[in-house]
Amino acid sequence: MPNISLKKVKMPELVSTTRNTNYEEVSLGYSPEMAMEEALRCLNCKHKPCVSGCPVGVNIPEFIQQVASGDFLDAYDTITGTNALPAVCGRVCPQESQCEEVCVRAIKGESVGIGRLERFVADYKMNTDQDYEIKNKSKNGHKVAIVGSGPSGLSCAGDLARLGYDVTIFEAFHTPGGVLVYGIPEFRLPKQIVADEIERLKELGVEIKTNMVIGRVLSIDELIEMGYESIYVGTGAGLPRFMGIEGEELVGVYSANEYLTRINLMKAYIEYYDTPIRKSKSVAVIGGGNVAMDAARSAKRLGAEHVFIIYRRNREQMPARLEEIHHAEEEGITFKVLNNPVKILGDENGQVRALECIKMELGEVDASGRPRPRAIEESNFEIEVDTVIVSIGSSPNPLIKSTTDGLETNNRGCLIVDEKMATTKEGVYAGGDAVTGAATVINAMGAGKVAAKAIDEYIMSTIVNKKAI
Amino acid sequence: MYKILNKQNLNQYITLLEVYAPFIAKKAKPGQFIIFRVDEKGERVPLTIADFDREKGSITIIFQVVGRSTELLANLDVGDYILDFVGPLGIPTHLDGVKKVAVVGGGVGCAIAYPQAKALFNSGASVDVIAGFRNKDIVILEEEFNAVSSRLFICTDDGSYKEKGLVTDVLKRLIDEGNDYDLVIAIGPIPMMKYVSLTTKPYGIKTIVSLNPIMIDGTGMCGGCRVKVDQETKFACVDGPDFDGHVVDFDELMMRNSTYKKQEMLDKKHNCRLVGGIQNA
Ligand SMILES: Cc1cc2nc3c(=O)[nH]c(=O)nc-3n(C[C@H](O)[C@H](O)[C@H](O)COP(=O)(O)OP(=O)(O)OC[C@H]3O[C@@H](n4cnc5c(N)ncnc54)[C@H](O)[C@@H]3O)c2cc1C
Ligand SMILES: Cc1cc2nc3c(=O)[nH]c(=O)nc-3n(C[C@H](O)[C@H](O)[C@H](O)COP(=O)(O)OP(=O)(O)OC[C@H]3O[C@@H](n4cnc5c(N)ncnc54)[C@H](O)[C@@H]3O)c2cc1C
Ligand code: SF4
Ligand code: FES
Repeated sequence: MPNISLKKVKMPELVSTTRNTNYEEVSLGYSPEMAMEEALRCLNCKHKPCVSGCPVGVNIPEFIQQVASGDFLDAYDTITGTNALPAVCGRVCPQESQCEEVCVRAIKGESVGIGRLERFVADYKMNTDQDYEIKNKSKNGHKVAIVGSGPSGLSCAGDLARLGYDVTIFEAFHTPGGVLVYGIPEFRLPKQIVADEIERLKELGVEIKTNMVIGRVLSIDELIEMGYESIYVGTGAGLPRFMGIEGEELVGVYSANEYLTRINLMKAYIEYYDTPIRKSKSVAVIGGGNVAMDAARSAKRLGAEHVFIIYRRNREQMPARLEEIHHAEEEGITFKVLNNPVKILGDENGQVRALECIKMELGEVDASGRPRPRAIEESNFEIEVDTVIVSIGSSPNPLIKSTTDGLETNNRGCLIVDEKMATTKEGVYAGGDAVTGAATVINAMGAGKVAAKAIDEYIMSTIVNKKAI
Repeated sequence: MYKILNKQNLNQYITLLEVYAPFIAKKAKPGQFIIFRVDEKGERVPLTIADFDREKGSITIIFQVVGRSTELLANLDVGDYILDFVGPLGIPTHLDGVKKVAVVGGGVGCAIAYPQAKALFNSGASVDVIAGFRNKDIVILEEEFNAVSSRLFICTDDGSYKEKGLVTDVLKRLIDEGNDYDLVIAIGPIPMMKYVSLTTKPYGIKTIVSLNPIMIDGTGMCGGCRVKVDQETKFACVDGPDFDGHVVDFDELMMRNSTYKKQEMLDKKHNCRLVGGIQNA
């Protein structure tokens, strides 16, 4: 008997008035009973629209039926058949614009809580089954190097290791995980979950070398000389964009990357860590994406009394996940939409004193399909803030491209690849944010999977055949 | 984990460590730097590669204790380990084709200038080294510089050792005496680099400075190390750390480097007498 409720089973959460002072995870997850009740809302549609909405094609109705009948571990196997990081994706995927957007139940009422169920299944597995069975295929004697340990590199590494390859990941930072560890805060994605996923990869035989900035310590060509037969570049979109307005050099202006890295990777919020971070009273975060929400909510947790989100379009057009916008609001972040920053003002010591904005209105629809914001003349006003966090996006980091001959990028600095993720340099593949610019975890993982398949084909056909001749 | 092979206290504030890091030693070139993290709770802090030994697989760093991380590092002994050591980072200094050069170092900045002097000297260039210190007690690397320079000029602010005066005085005199340098390399406190650049500008002598903004990742990801050069924003970790001294906005760099000054003094109760890092050396 399906559950005909128009609404999802409610997600238990920490109370907003106390949670904005700590870093504990905000969403608490379903109990088995809640999960089974929610799973009963799924109609098990024959045409499975949800599956086509999922960038990696998880067999959603099948795993949900398994949850409904209490076969949680089977559900886990169903998901991990296509998605290597379910605990992560269940927490951070923008489901409302992917699987859940096209769910049949969403036509009338709320969609099935697919993301919440995915998260439940992954957490259940982790909590009940500590000894993951490692189906270790015998090694095939071929070596592949992966540059970058974000979701894209990790999923590519996992697939190749399962095929028997000797996989080494080279990571620039001292901790692997990419944006999952240095960008997305603990209260949204506990770092232990990422660490557990990485532990599983290591058990599969994947080696991770940290403190390895490829392009400096070793070049792509040197990796090839070292015997890596193919290379996957998953270096992300780690080049912060600034607005180019006056005052961006003032003390107290951060890129969201710097602010979040200090907090998440370097644990600036924990007293006994040495990382310094500004003690702000009043913070303006510029931008409307997930990154902006994370920065704003982090600033609040670090003790800022006032935190403003400054966004030049309106609220409906914010690119952040709906859930994050709601959480930010509940936690007392003030949204100042339809405002564009024009100047950052400083005091006599070069410290940020205020942000000058101009009011915006919406005009005709532009190339992005959204109404174009335009400034209302002489509507300038100042907000008193002591910290400004710039969160208007990032582009791929040019380090690898600038130190590798034959690797082409487009005019936005993104590596050029074909449909198999092959770059313009033989044997070198790439994917994730390094190819698309800042996008999503699941897209980065999808690209890693496509590349793993192509790398396997490449090594088996080109290299193995060549050797046979 | 990176093992400490050798340790020397060059003076009261400045320590030399030789660290086993074969990957970095294989690649390192003058002008490049590493980022270290002493332990799990540590900051990531940049230090210049003062010397390297490819055979031994070691990197030498010379640093001044200014805050918590450099203090922790200075407290380590031979046989101890540093948790993280990343490098070589940054673009090596362009030294090709240089025939006659003046290398100007200030305080601990001399350590950063040493590999450049050495490389140039070994490539056959005529190398005048001008090394400035506050007083006699903190003079470092005198012997080393002697071995890699055509002429060595040491000056102290108070005249307690060798010549009394500033490095810019010596440099100006040498230029006026007709030494036609095709390059000046200036490394030290920010004001010193600023004034060396102002000294050489009227003569049109190309001047390279090595900038030391606050850094985190060292890969161009965080934007924390941004500096203004010729009105353009550059990231010192990937675009530098060397820049043309005639177009660097030194005042902005000084302002930005003070970001955590007050807070670190209050928060961590530093008992440090040298706040400001190498600019006060
Ligand atoms: C704050 C924040 C919040 C986000 N929230 C969400 C969300 O809720 N949902 C969602 O789907 N997406 C979100 N995203 C986007 C998502 O995190 C990214 O799209 C995704 O992480 C991209 O994965 P990737 O593997 O391509 O790159 P990354 O995760 O960026 O990983 C790249 C890795 O490569 C390393 N690297 C870079 N250069 C080198 C080099 N030269 N040598 C060696 N290693 C190198 C980096 O250190 C890094 O570890 C968010 C992003 C940020 C910044
Ligand atoms: C590319 C590069 C190469 C460097 N090479 C050397 C070197 O070879 N030897 C050496 O002694 N130092 C060098 N420095 C400076 C060194 O990194 C800083 O002194 C270091 O941050 C001190 O760390 P700390 O934790 O001990 O002090 P902190 O607690 O970080 O800081 C103490 C005080 O120093 C200031 N400060 C922070 N960062 C810097 C900085 N980058 N430069 C100057 N002052 C700073 C802070 O405002 C603070 O007040 C280099 C810096 C860069 C960017
Ligand atoms: S579209 Fe919705 S209801 Fe239909 S199978 Fe997918 S999750 Fe279930
Ligand atoms: S240190 Fe982060 S961009 Fe240079």
